Amino acid sequence: MATVKDFRTSVKPNWCPGCGDFSVLAALQRAAANLDLDPSQMAIVSGIGCSGRISGYLKAYGFHGVHGRALLAAQGIKMANRDLTVIAAGGDGDGFAIGTNHTIHAMRRNIDITYIVMDNQVYGLTKGQTSPRSTQGFKTKSTPDGSLEREISPLQLALASGVTFLAQGFSGSTKELTKLIEAGIQHKGFSMINVFSPCVTYNKINTYDWFKENIVSLEDDPDYDPSSREMAMQKVMSTNELCTSIIYQEQRPSYTELLPNANHKPIVKQELELGEERFQELVAEFA
Amino acid sequence: MLHQLSWMVGGQQGEGIDPTGSILSKALNRQGYFIYGYRHFSSRIKGGHSNYKVRISTKPRLSNADALDMLVAFDQETIDLNARELKPGGLILGDSKFKPSVDRNDVQLLHIPLTEIAEELGSRIMKNMVAIGATTAILGIDPSIFTDMIKKQFARKGDKIVQANLEAIRKGAESAKEQLNPKTDFTLAPADGKSRLLMMGNDAISLGAMAAGCRVMPAYPITPASDIMESLVKRLPEIGGVVLQTEDEIAAVITAIGASYAGARAMTATSGPGLSLMMEAIGLSGMTETPLVIVDTQRGGPSTGLPTKNEQSDLNTVLYGSHGEIPRIVLAPSTAEECFYDTVHAFNYAEQYQCPVILMTDLALSLALQTVEQLDYSQVKISRGKLLSDEEVAALTDENGYFPRYADSPDGISPRAMPGQKGGIHYVTGVEHNEIGRPLEGTANREKMMKKRMRKLENVQLPNSLITREKDDAEWLIVGFGSTRGPIEEAREQLAADGIPTSHLHIRVLAPFPTQSVKDVLSRYERVLVVENNATGQLAAQLRQYVGDISTIYSQTKFNGDPYYPSEITEHVKELMAHGNSQRLSYVR
Ligand SMILES: Cc1ncc(C[n+]2csc(CCOP(=O)(O)OP(=O)(O)O)c2C)c(N)n1
Ligand code: SF4
Repeated sequence: MATVKDFRTSVKPNWCPGCGDFSVLAALQRAAANLDLDPSQMAIVSGIGCSGRISGYLKAYGFHGVHGRALLAAQGIKMANRDLTVIAAGGDGDGFAIGTNHTIHAMRRNIDITYIVMDNQVYGLTKGQTSPRSTQGFKTKSTPDGSLEREISPLQLALASGVTFLAQGFSGSTKELTKLIEAGIQHKGFSMINVFSPCVTYNKINTYDWFKENIVSLEDDPDYDPSSREMAMQKVMSTNELCTSIIYQEQRPSYTELLPNANHKPIVKQELELGEERFQELVAEFA
Repeated sequence: MLHQLSWMVGGQQGEGIDPTGSILSKALNRQGYFIYGYRHFSSRIKGGHSNYKVRISTKPRLSNADALDMLVAFDQETIDLNARELKPGGLILGDSKFKPSVDRNDVQLLHIPLTEIAEELGSRIMKNMVAIGATTAILGIDPSIFTDMIKKQFARKGDKIVQANLEAIRKGAESAKEQLNPKTDFTLAPADGKSRLLMMGNDAISLGAMAAGCRVMPAYPITPASDIMESLVKRLPEIGGVVLQTEDEIAAVITAIGASYAGARAMTATSGPGLSLMMEAIGLSGMTETPLVIVDTQRGGPSTGLPTKNEQSDLNTVLYGSHGEIPRIVLAPSTAEECFYDTVHAFNYAEQYQCPVILMTDLALSLALQTVEQLDYSQVKISRGKLLSDEEVAALTDENGYFPRYADSPDGISPRAMPGQKGGIHYVTGVEHNEIGRPLEGTANREKMMKKRMRKLENVQLPNSLITREKDDAEWLIVGFGSTRGPIEEAREQLAADGIPTSHLHIRVLAPFPTQSVKDVLSRYERVLVVENNATGQLAAQLRQYVGDISTIYSQTKFNGDPYYPSEITEHVKELMAHGNSQRLSYVR
């Protein structure tokens, strides 16, 4: 049985004390242990940002790439070796600014990876500029008079893009978050977990206290049915995107299950040599 | 009797120009003729003039001819636009309603009722068969060479269609024979009958990728690279691979990096605009030391430039693009055959040196059909470099359970583990890092890791980096890369016939630049002419940078979208000989 220790490293994260990302890391480690995963069968890919550092803080294969592109490397890894548990993680800037395009396409592709967004509604690593998740009017270094743009709605975006597992968590509730991550990893298909992960340094509005006051957990609603996309959309809109828990889940074949190669061995376990005979067959087309 | 002949079919795009050219090419290739087929097309899908040139020869040819012998016209526009390319005494084949070219009374128009015969047999489409029949009759070749091909190609459509097409060929041949003025002789000398292959550079790259064990190919469509993806999607899935059309080129290249990091052989293919988008990722591959193969099929730039025309202007981009400094390998095959072998090399180098490898072609090489000698599968050796077995990985794991992915080593190349391997856990990051992949900004570590990465290619000269044809009595050395090979070879024949012996250096590996070997060759010549399809002389600049001024380096450039005609090079050399140094270092011809 795996334990949390198996997923811990001796490296001290360089996050500010109190940063929400600590809880995301802890929840992910706990979830991996609860699911009895093998660290060497797990790959975590992250983007660039404070949040992006997470791939170096978990004991598992870690890939820290370029800004906004975590989902891409993650998908490449999954295609090459579908036996691996693949996690992608990054900030809201990473996923909903520079990488929005890839976020949408990974969802419609329904490839079996779990995507965790550490949503602090600001840019942390570049020291406090506006993010597409910052609320309209939010004042930052790059929007001194308040942001003029409306904030992006990750949950509506996900529902509209065909996501098959959608959850939202909060760094202030590590227990719930752990359960959400577990469910996300177990889900066969693309799972997105948006996590309110406060930036204690640059976001003085959306703080832990602010979230505690404003979020509603769907766990408290016995009538909520996460298999209904309509209900999910309604709930997301009526709570102004501030609901937590599993918001939507649907079973649909994942991308790797639909691939014509699904009945072959995972790519990295295949023989590379084509063989003279097969080669001659290919060449015959050009004779 | 002719040993070579240049033929063209032209008409509106979408009228069956391509199949006409390729059916003729394929049948003649099977007879042992050497073919070079070049498509001239525009970005419009239907409509707009397009044409297909086929060079038929009893010896290898990799270039369009200076002039045409025969032109098959599907419309009047084809005559008006292209008759000027015909040799005196050349032949035009076309419907009886077509008028001869106004300014060419030295060429003959044979009225072959292409459309009429085709319509009588049931469909206008078949006029290409009529044209092929007429063509072969004029060449003195028995049109029965098409029978097997036609039977196979139309088998699914039923016997009636097969018979109609065969009849179209026969009637075309008959009509041509009836009218051909016996004074003109277009009879082709017999070929050697040897069986060879006929393919485009892009086909050879797809075959090379299959043979090299490529199993993941993410790409975004772009001319002239798309058919690499399209041909792989037909073949990779059945052997367990994946081809996916991504949302853009950034996605394509980073998905390939992910797959490669996970241990698969992965490749993407693109052209200039896509390559520009991939630049950040090329740096990532270099910094994380993740193997990566990118094919860049150059076309006319900048921006969307000339999307369907030939150019070689990405050289600087592939050599210097991406921020910061990384080791990289750039291969530039010059024939379809080399495209095949170099694609195999590209995958090996990517893993052996753990860096990005760019295989660079150009539109003329990627899309021209050419005769290729049988490919030798026994030469395909897969070498995965320092990718370790589970046992080897376990032996290197440290007491904390980490694998030193970036361990320093004399050759700069570190052992590699892939996710899923027990004991291989490590961190990969585009941030400067230490030996186990932990971010580390310190100056000493920075220097050490920079040196480690750069060392892997510092003293490497890759095999087959040059192709040389040297003549003892040559004063001139002509240098090129990629598809200029054919025109240069032919220009040398023309010059030799005029008593001017020349030598030829074609550079097949552009990075790491084979400095010493190039220097050795250049030191034997006083005059060097660098021939390339771009405006600023990018290859010439490379030579000047690496070999300095041991020779006088002249530059010939062409950037109008067309490949070189051999005579353009011939004339340029003669001009330089007449006017000497006045043109030294001139950039624009
Ligand atoms: C192509 C590119 N553009 C810009 C940057 C600079 N950059 C680094 S992180 C970042 C934004 C980080 O914000 P977010 O993704 O929300 O992560 P956080 O730091 O808040 O966790 C930016 C703009 C970069 N590294 N690469
Ligand atoms: S700046 Fe904000 S997001 Fe970054 S580590 Fe500090 S608290 Fe966390």
